[in-house]
Amino acid sequence: MTKDALRIVWIYPDLLSTYGDRGNLIMLTRRAVLRGLPVESTGINSDQRVPEQGDIYLLGGGEDLPQVLAARRLRADGGLQAAAARGAVIFAVCAGYQLIGEVFGGAQGEPVDGLGLIDIRSSRGDERGVGEIVADVDQSLRVERLTGFENHQGKTSIGAGAKPLARVALGVGNGDGSGTEGVYAGRILGTYLHGPALVRNPSLADLLLTWAAGPLPPLPESEEVWTTRLREERLAAVPA
Amino acid sequence: MSKLPIRARVATSIGGAATRVSRLTGRGDGSVIGGVVGLKVAPDLLRQLASGRQIVMVTGTNGKTTTTRLVTAAIGSLGQEVATNAYGANMESGLVSALSTAPEAPYAVLEVDERYLPSLIKVTNPRAVLLLNLSRDQMDRAAEIWLIARRWREAFAQAPQVRVIANADDPLIAWSAGSASEVIWVAAGQRWHEDSWCCPDCGSHLRRDELGWRCGECSLSRPSARWVLDGEKVIDAAGTVRELNLALPGRANRSNAVMALAVADLFGADMDQALPELRKVTSIAGRYTSVERRGRTLHLLLAKNPAGWLEAFDVLGADNPPLLLAVNAQGPDGKDTSWLWDVDYRVLAGRRVLVAGERRIDLAVRLEADSIPFELVDGIDAAVDAVPQGNLDVIANYTAFQHIRAVVGRSV
Repeated sequence: MTKDALRIVWIYPDLLSTYGDRGNLIMLTRRAVLRGLPVESTGINSDQRVPEQGDIYLLGGGEDLPQVLAARRLRADGGLQAAAARGAVIFAVCAGYQLIGEVFGGAQGEPVDGLGLIDIRSSRGDERGVGEIVADVDQSLRVERLTGFENHQGKTSIGAGAKPLARVALGVGNGDGSGTEGVYAGRILGTYLHGPALVRNPSLADLLLTWAAGPLPPLPESEEVWTTRLREERLAAVPA
Repeated sequence: MSKLPIRARVATSIGGAATRVSRLTGRGDGSVIGGVVGLKVAPDLLRQLASGRQIVMVTGTNGKTTTTRLVTAAIGSLGQEVATNAYGANMESGLVSALSTAPEAPYAVLEVDERYLPSLIKVTNPRAVLLLNLSRDQMDRAAEIWLIARRWREAFAQAPQVRVIANADDPLIAWSAGSASEVIWVAAGQRWHEDSWCCPDCGSHLRRDELGWRCGECSLSRPSARWVLDGEKVIDAAGTVRELNLALPGRANRSNAVMALAVADLFGADMDQALPELRKVTSIAGRYTSVERRGRTLHLLLAKNPAGWLEAFDVLGADNPPLLLAVNAQGPDGKDTSWLWDVDYRVLAGRRVLVAGERRIDLAVRLEADSIPFELVDGIDAAVDAVPQGNLDVIANYTAFQHIRAVVGRSV
């Protein structure tokens, strides 16, 4: 484990923070600090330069117009692309998920260039996927079943350069008819679980931390009581 | 006003039934997404009921029901009957119901759902529309707020006869009102900035200082205001300063009151008569009510979204009484509890916190992350029994609040 502080960069909370996205930063920080790993976190607004030396980058959800603006500014900035090239961890949800790909649907459904960091293509779907989502993660990632809430009209298909994160047990997910949800390739991971997706999925949070900092000891059980209870309650509440 | 045709009178009673059904099932159709909502029941009926009256519409994310009550009180100082939908039934059937139960009232003060404002302006031709604020709210069922602001802007551009009273301190509100032919700007304040970092017109970063906000790129900036909320005081358009001295607590209610006074002034009310009427308002549909329960005094606050919780924390008892937080996620609450992560709970440090409601475990995880100790309780009476004699503050979202009121009684 590195002795230096883990640098978490929250990308554009001014544009991509629609509904509880801060929860991912809070949960990552908590789970790192409880293991004695110090964290330096920064929110980078869209009028600031994106630092290239972060360890984990977070992108949240956003409405159509802010999503297009964020994509345009991130393309012009180049900092996130440089970070990705040096192998930084990127975790993107919802609108952020779409915009790290090759292309996504804008406010009128028109194609908008994404950042091209991962081999996915998104567009506007016919119907909005709103509700609880449950999905079983690719076994090689050793992450527990995902539970979350989705709220998106986009659909996403995955190209040969990336893999689906999970298979949908309940809900819409990628919505392209493949029955998949989310994507990963290297240390970049995207999901339609929106907002504070890591809150109900601590093992996904730990995967990101491990990618950034190496193997981590488990948390004391006393620190997992409420998170475990929330997971169990949410998974029991839906017919998946 | 003129007598209604028979067909309209029949439809009026159907409208009343629709209101009751809507109330029983919660606030309307949970599946409506996207900000374009047409009227379904009887636009002609609503048009007829509205015809010949002076109507004020009140809308925004937070404070609609309270401000509707305040505007009704202020306009009531004119001495004539005022029709109003006092209980938050703020879609088409609620307006039909409000107007049909007061057929002779020359004035109507109507709370309007944000999504319905454009279609209801077209049908009822209000004299004035009051715009409070826009912030993230129940994302699984409400429209995205930039989209709502754009729909409003289009609606005002098409209705130049409508006078708009708008909060100049909320950039989304200011932008949406900017297309109206005449706006009375009110410096009503904005505590929640998380949804207005960027210019609604061009998307550039907004700059903020003590003078307000302005876009760093385009010409959009905070309009200069004719009415001002200055701490505990209101400064009216003529520059006269008055102490508000409201019975209702908190900055948000002072903001609502100044907006209400600006409307009343437009309608010709005398401020020295309107303001005392506002001071008499103590509780709105159980909100801000104090209830005695088993030797404890409960102070009930309804707050439904992050901006609402921020304002609610502002009015907690100064002597640090225990606080019960209760959260449900039924249709009217929004089924998505993600918003709990947009609230900063660290201000509760040092206070005893109890959590209840169907989604109390969501709250537990959230409070744990902010290092705020908490106790799980099974409901309002368990909370009452757990705390000593004295005050208990209660903040609950919509159906959690209704549930608490059903237990502790609707009186007071």
